[in-house]
Amino acid sequence: MPKETVQLDRVIIRFAGDSGDGMQLTGDQFTSSTASFGNDLSTLPNFPAEIRAPAGTLPGVSAFQLHFADHDILTPGDSPNVLVAMNPAALKANLEDLPRGGDLIVNTDEFSKRNLAKVGYAQSPVDDGSLEAYNVHPLALTSLTVEALKDFDLSRKEAERAKNMFALGLLSWLYGRPTEGTERFLKEKFGRKPEILGANLAALTAGWNYGETTEDFSVRYEVKPAKLDSGIYRNISGNLALSYGLVAAGQLTKLDVYLGSYPITPASDILHELSKHKNFGVRTFQAEDEIAGIGAALGASYGGSLGVTTTSGPGVALKSETIGLAVATEIPLIIIDVQRGGPSTGLPTKTEQSDLLQVMFGRNGEAPVPIIAPQTPSDCFHAAIEAARIATVYRTPVFILSDGYLANGQEPWQIPLVDELPDLTVKFADGPNWTNEAGEEEFMPFVRDPETLARPWAIPGTPGLEHRVGGIEKADITGHISYEPANHEKMVRLRQAKIDGIASTIPDLEVDDPSGDADVLVLGWGSTYGPIGAAARQIRENGGKVAQAHLRHLNPFPQNTEQVLKSYRKVIVPEMNLGQLALLLRGRYLVDVLSYNQVRGMPFKSDELVNVIEDVIANV
Amino acid sequence: MSDTAVPVELKAKDFKSDQEIRWCPGCGDYAVLAAVQAFLPELGIPRENICFISGIGCSSRFPYYLTTYGMHSIHGRAPAIATGLATSREDLSVWVVTGDGDALSIGGNHLIHALRRNVNLKILLFNNRIYGLTKGQYSPTSEVGKITKSTPMGSLDYPFNPLSVALGAEATFVARTIDSDRKHLTSVLRAAAAHEGSALVEIYQNCNIFNDNAFALLKEPESREDELIRLVDGEPIVFGAQGEHCVVRNAHGGLRIAETADVAADQIVVHDVGSPDTATAFALTRLSDPETLHHTPIGVLRSVERPSYDRLMSEQMTQAAANGPGDLQSLISGADTWTIE
Repeated sequence: MPKETVQLDRVIIRFAGDSGDGMQLTGDQFTSSTASFGNDLSTLPNFPAEIRAPAGTLPGVSAFQLHFADHDILTPGDSPNVLVAMNPAALKANLEDLPRGGDLIVNTDEFSKRNLAKVGYAQSPVDDGSLEAYNVHPLALTSLTVEALKDFDLSRKEAERAKNMFALGLLSWLYGRPTEGTERFLKEKFGRKPEILGANLAALTAGWNYGETTEDFSVRYEVKPAKLDSGIYRNISGNLALSYGLVAAGQLTKLDVYLGSYPITPASDILHELSKHKNFGVRTFQAEDEIAGIGAALGASYGGSLGVTTTSGPGVALKSETIGLAVATEIPLIIIDVQRGGPSTGLPTKTEQSDLLQVMFGRNGEAPVPIIAPQTPSDCFHAAIEAARIATVYRTPVFILSDGYLANGQEPWQIPLVDELPDLTVKFADGPNWTNEAGEEEFMPFVRDPETLARPWAIPGTPGLEHRVGGIEKADITGHISYEPANHEKMVRLRQAKIDGIASTIPDLEVDDPSGDADVLVLGWGSTYGPIGAAARQIRENGGKVAQAHLRHLNPFPQNTEQVLKSYRKVIVPEMNLGQLALLLRGRYLVDVLSYNQVRGMPFKSDELVNVIEDVIANV
Repeated sequence: MSDTAVPVELKAKDFKSDQEIRWCPGCGDYAVLAAVQAFLPELGIPRENICFISGIGCSSRFPYYLTTYGMHSIHGRAPAIATGLATSREDLSVWVVTGDGDALSIGGNHLIHALRRNVNLKILLFNNRIYGLTKGQYSPTSEVGKITKSTPMGSLDYPFNPLSVALGAEATFVARTIDSDRKHLTSVLRAAAAHEGSALVEIYQNCNIFNDNAFALLKEPESREDELIRLVDGEPIVFGAQGEHCVVRNAHGGLRIAETADVAADQIVVHDVGSPDTATAFALTRLSDPETLHHTPIGVLRSVERPSYDRLMSEQMTQAAANGPGDLQSLISGADTWTIE
């Protein structure tokens, strides 16, 4: 008898298990099928820095949250509707986020005395009544998987490893997700190991069939596809979008991309991805350290490549001196900082926005560097292209400030048409640009374009343009070493004016204020776009009025920033730091913005933002 | 840009820039600069295809005094920057100018990794055994006990032997020469330029302000014949005005100095720069006294063939593009898409 199907507009599922349980893979696959089903979605992977923390312990818990809906959504969701807990540690670490009445699927096979003791449970919470507030589905997931695979020539341990596929099959049934994508993925992954492939496929099917036959699940849920803008979509994470954006930037500027990088969480995936695209003229160089990574990128840029370096905050600290050299020599360079919790090693796998002031000011001398902060995973693609535009047109290093949440989070992306991307063709200097007193044509490396104030990009190999650059102050025009006080003053101001001038080429700060008469503006930057947007929507649904704006360019700011700030009685600036943008805004515009800050290594929950913002609105 | 149709006829003066040279009068750097300017025309490479990258220190001002492309970069990082240039621009002849502090102290990491990768760089390491630009602190090649501004009671640091370091770092070309011996210096530059991959050339260079006569033993007419071991590939290693000293194997697997008259001719080590085993080259670097430089070999110690990093990278690029250039639209679209009408 077919089971009843209940319509839902959105669902938030969290898979939680041991680091070795394959929760990220399970989440990724569920996400892919959800994407191909046509829901809007947003994901939040949350995993430990240790590769394999001791099995069954709290530090070893790895989780993946997916929010999917029949309408457009902005965040991975505050709290799950469904929690899949593969062991007691996963239950303990995640239970407090599950609202009362939420669905809880637990793998009872892992609730042994020993595993319970590891996380301080005296008795199994499944049996002692402490989970009464939830809709608990106790499943012997491991034994069900092993039983389903008894015809395969596998050890018990090997069979047990497929339990994540059993869980995926069950959840796929429960929410009517297609499994073809996962089957295709498994075939690619285990194509050379037919026995393992067969076992995984069988576990996936067994999980699906279990849902269909067991009485424990009386209903299925359906979340219809979302009504998004028409077009062709794919699913994408921030790091992948950034990588593609860099490949695209190379094509659009007609430059070879050169990535000099040193592995660091959460940025390494960009190095991995770009290393696959040599057929686009992309060179990748894994350097001996962070400094050499950016050094090689700068050397390549000097030679006419689009030099890029990828890192996180600790790496930026090491690269600072080379960034200063790029500022002084006025050579294009893209520096990607995928922020994580700090200071020092901090929280390598968790997200934070605490490098803003580091990238803004973290160099000796007056060394302005443009900063672009993507807002969503897919926006990373366009941020990379915009960074390349600014770097090559203005001959300057440019920062892209991503973060761990954007890097690993996924969302559907309407695939842009390459033909509609901007033409950023770069023209290198190829001849004289100066007439000397004797009337002779000469090349001067520090003559500036009157509009952009950029100096010529004259690359080695160009006859007649031989010149020397370096970190010592350059004389205006000639580029010779100069210690002249007036020249230094002039050069410092010229470099600053060049960066300030970029503001005339970036879009104004857009304000979303549907009622047109809100008193309170919420201003964010970077990855808080989703939670702030979701909070603003909620407030408006509650009947409140709030304006929302989001800064994509943090240096220079859009030209209308001051005007926007001064148009509202109160401005709230939520940040995953202790108030870094707020400090810049207060210093620059003398506006008494209200800072709202969290540094928990996790994105804001929109419900919390709703409370904070409504509180301000109520007290305006 | 790699093939120039017209052979280039350049002279030393064509490599002299119009910039005033700001080294101290009497500095050994002048001699090296003159030798390099005189040698560069020999390469037959147009000026625009030559690039000198330096770090920070007295010697690192070098690029300003040449008419090639050049970058005076930051302390210790020249090999890293040059690596990016050389590996993205195989058509260029890329040279690194560095010093003992720049290359071996703050930049030690970049030096060893450039060497092991065999990036196509010619690295000129000016070793004056002192920090000059910061006015006289001891360097990683200064002798133990050296009294300097930062070591009033004497330096406690045991010095590096730069060539031992280079050999340990898998360098394919390792040589040493002296600023005052123009002919020898030029011959070493020539060998370095002809080598595919990284070439490390240590140049003993006198700092007449902060460490004058550091190499006097190797330069003074009365001592140099007995102190300098001039290596010639394929020839027995003998030195002294009459060839009265020689190098033989010692009981521990290393080398020692002997008197030519006391040993059989076939006991004298024949220099072989291309030996696949680095043991003898390493032993040669250990002959000199780390404090006094007594018995210092100069010349090419090792020169072996190993594909340069640049070439290997370029081969991968070619291989990856074998099926034509990538298509951006299909890359960003990927395999899993869905359409919303």
